[in-house]
Amino acid sequence: MSPAMRHHILSVLVENKPGVLARVSGLFARRGFNIFSLAVAPTDDATRSRITIVVDVESAPLEQITKQLDKLINVLQIDELAPIDAVERELMIVTVTVSAESKPELLSLTEEYSGAVLDESGDRITVSLGGTPEALDAFTSQMGTAVVAYQRTGRIALPRITP
Amino acid sequence: MKTNGGAALIKALELEGVDVIFGLPGGAILPVYDPIIDSPIRHILVRHEQGAGHMAEGYAHATGRPGVAMVTSGPAATNIITPLADAYMDSVPMVVITGQVGTAGIGTDAFQEVDTVGITRSVTKHNELVTNAADIPRIVREAFHIATTGRPGPVLIDIPKDLVDPTNPNSALDWYWPDSVDLAGYNPRLDGDPALIKDAAQLIIAAERPVIYSGGGILKARAAESLLALAELLDIPVVTTLMARGTMPDDHPLCLGMPGMHGNYTAVTAMQESDLLIALGSRFDDRVTGKVDAFASHAKIIHVDIDPAELGKVRRPDVGITGDCRLVIDELITALKQIGAPEVQPDRSAWKSTISGWQEKYPLTYVQSEPGDLLKPQFVLEQLRDNTPDDCIVASGVGQHQMWTAQYWKFNHPYTWINSGGLGTMGFAVPAAIGAKVGRPDRMVWAVDGDGCFQMTAQELVTAAAERIPVKIAILNNAYLGMVRQWQEMFYEERYSEVYLSPDLPDYKMWAEAMGCVGMRVESPEDVLPAIQRANEVDDRPVVIDFRTDAREKVFPMVPSGKSNSDIVVGPEDER
Repeated sequence: MSPAMRHHILSVLVENKPGVLARVSGLFARRGFNIFSLAVAPTDDATRSRITIVVDVESAPLEQITKQLDKLINVLQIDELAPIDAVERELMIVTVTVSAESKPELLSLTEEYSGAVLDESGDRITVSLGGTPEALDAFTSQMGTAVVAYQRTGRIALPRITP
Repeated sequence: MKTNGGAALIKALELEGVDVIFGLPGGAILPVYDPIIDSPIRHILVRHEQGAGHMAEGYAHATGRPGVAMVTSGPAATNIITPLADAYMDSVPMVVITGQVGTAGIGTDAFQEVDTVGITRSVTKHNELVTNAADIPRIVREAFHIATTGRPGPVLIDIPKDLVDPTNPNSALDWYWPDSVDLAGYNPRLDGDPALIKDAAQLIIAAERPVIYSGGGILKARAAESLLALAELLDIPVVTTLMARGTMPDDHPLCLGMPGMHGNYTAVTAMQESDLLIALGSRFDDRVTGKVDAFASHAKIIHVDIDPAELGKVRRPDVGITGDCRLVIDELITALKQIGAPEVQPDRSAWKSTISGWQEKYPLTYVQSEPGDLLKPQFVLEQLRDNTPDDCIVASGVGQHQMWTAQYWKFNHPYTWINSGGLGTMGFAVPAAIGAKVGRPDRMVWAVDGDGCFQMTAQELVTAAAERIPVKIAILNNAYLGMVRQWQEMFYEERYSEVYLSPDLPDYKMWAEAMGCVGMRVESPEDVLPAIQRANEVDDRPVVIDFRTDAREKVFPMVPSGKSNSDIVVGPEDER
């Protein structure tokens, strides 16, 4: 990541309809910008979905893309969430190899991350963990080569309600 | 009332006020063509779907009403993509209806299936795949609303065959017509922010070297009268971009004509030297700005556009106002008067005399041909301009002939100039002129075309002859892809690569006659006027005149690509 680029989080409220995600992602693809992570699901109103997009883009083109996103008929609202103004979470499922010695450490870490054991066999164990993306990064680097595979959901975020 | 999707579609188009559809039937759209027989809507059967799209655009340019085209699935849908992209770039209101394979066949690589909404997503303002026949009236209503409001643009409706086929139960619906359109995510802002209007008025009244930079948005907003009022209130000169020719009458003393890569010296330089650019419905296109960093570097910018995504896209404005140009200009005039306009303003006599000095020193010029030589294209255009009605509609293709027409024609009325600006679509002229003539049968319509362009869409003259649409085509035939030749001459050391077309293969006169048109060929200056006069008298079929022009003639002035507008090359003697 070049110094001028950084993670930007866009929270995009859209109509819950076919093709809307393609319209949104197409505006990034057109410019060759990679979407770092993406989370989509219906909101409390089932006719609407919230898309949380994390992209590495310089600020100026992001402003242009945001305006173009706003032009899409199916896009209802766009908020760029500065990390300081947002609460963020991400969920991860991770399979790791454990030994008799390392297992207690893993279980205690899992507890620390409000996680749960999902599956276990032989020297492998699969746990789910929730936390900030940075915390999940810290977990995987702590596990190091013990990690067999993992899947993350991409971050979800909402604006902070505390002033 | 029980009905079916096909009948509902045609009924919905009638209720939207559609009087003409440009189209070509085929398998997937077949059921919709049956109710057309009983509809008052005129259908014009084109010879290629691209023609249908450009005709719809020409119709929309000339009338301000949305153009409508209807074609089948697959190759027909792909053939109309160029007009969609063209209309998207030039903000032309258009509704295109494409047939699609039956719902059950979608995604199976069925015969004549393409993912039309996928392919057209980035070249339409909006598109919709109909999945339920009952949605058809609502989707049509929404499509016309989206196409014609805010920043206008093309909208595509893709309809699977089973939803319009009365023999298929999937096509059944109870007829309804929505009273209004409910689109939560679409609310274009029309009036300007009053605080920003005041800021803009302060900049305008204090400016010593202001220039109004009028763009195509003035036409879309029907704001030409407001523009004139603003310009006259404070005697502000106006440049009219390629898309905005005719927004300010060319015979008005405040009109400086066209800026940009092939703009005249005064228009280009006035912008370059101004201290305030008032951009109204224009978008700082690269063909206008030249090298952006060197563009009008001393100027403050007021930018008015209905599309907020245009503000700051290329040049950050000092005051950026989102809104409809007509409303915002009227609000600006009121605000200016409130702060003392026209009495209160700086002395701009030096600026005015600077401008008139440029106009005297650098007029558009060319050298008339020697006897026996080929025609000068500029001469043909002057003759055409001077021997057609003042409100004649002119369409063009893309290339040298387009630039010469934009330079040499006197556009004294809005909606008289129709061309492909943003996309630069060769072959645009013939179908666009036909569409314009269908929309404005009361007006004389000429297309000025190049020989390269003409060969791309000439078959639509068969449509025009069959439908008795008396358009007139002037081919400036220099036997070359002229603009490419010009770049090869100037920037590729005269290494001409794949640009020669031949003056008489095809024989344009015979080709025109074969298509049911009057065909003429003109080779010497004294024959130009009689040919134009003869063409003007034909009112029952199209006319094509093959004007044999000099391929060595280049379009000047020219700001070479990537250069600053201050490096404008005025003419061949000025080439460095």
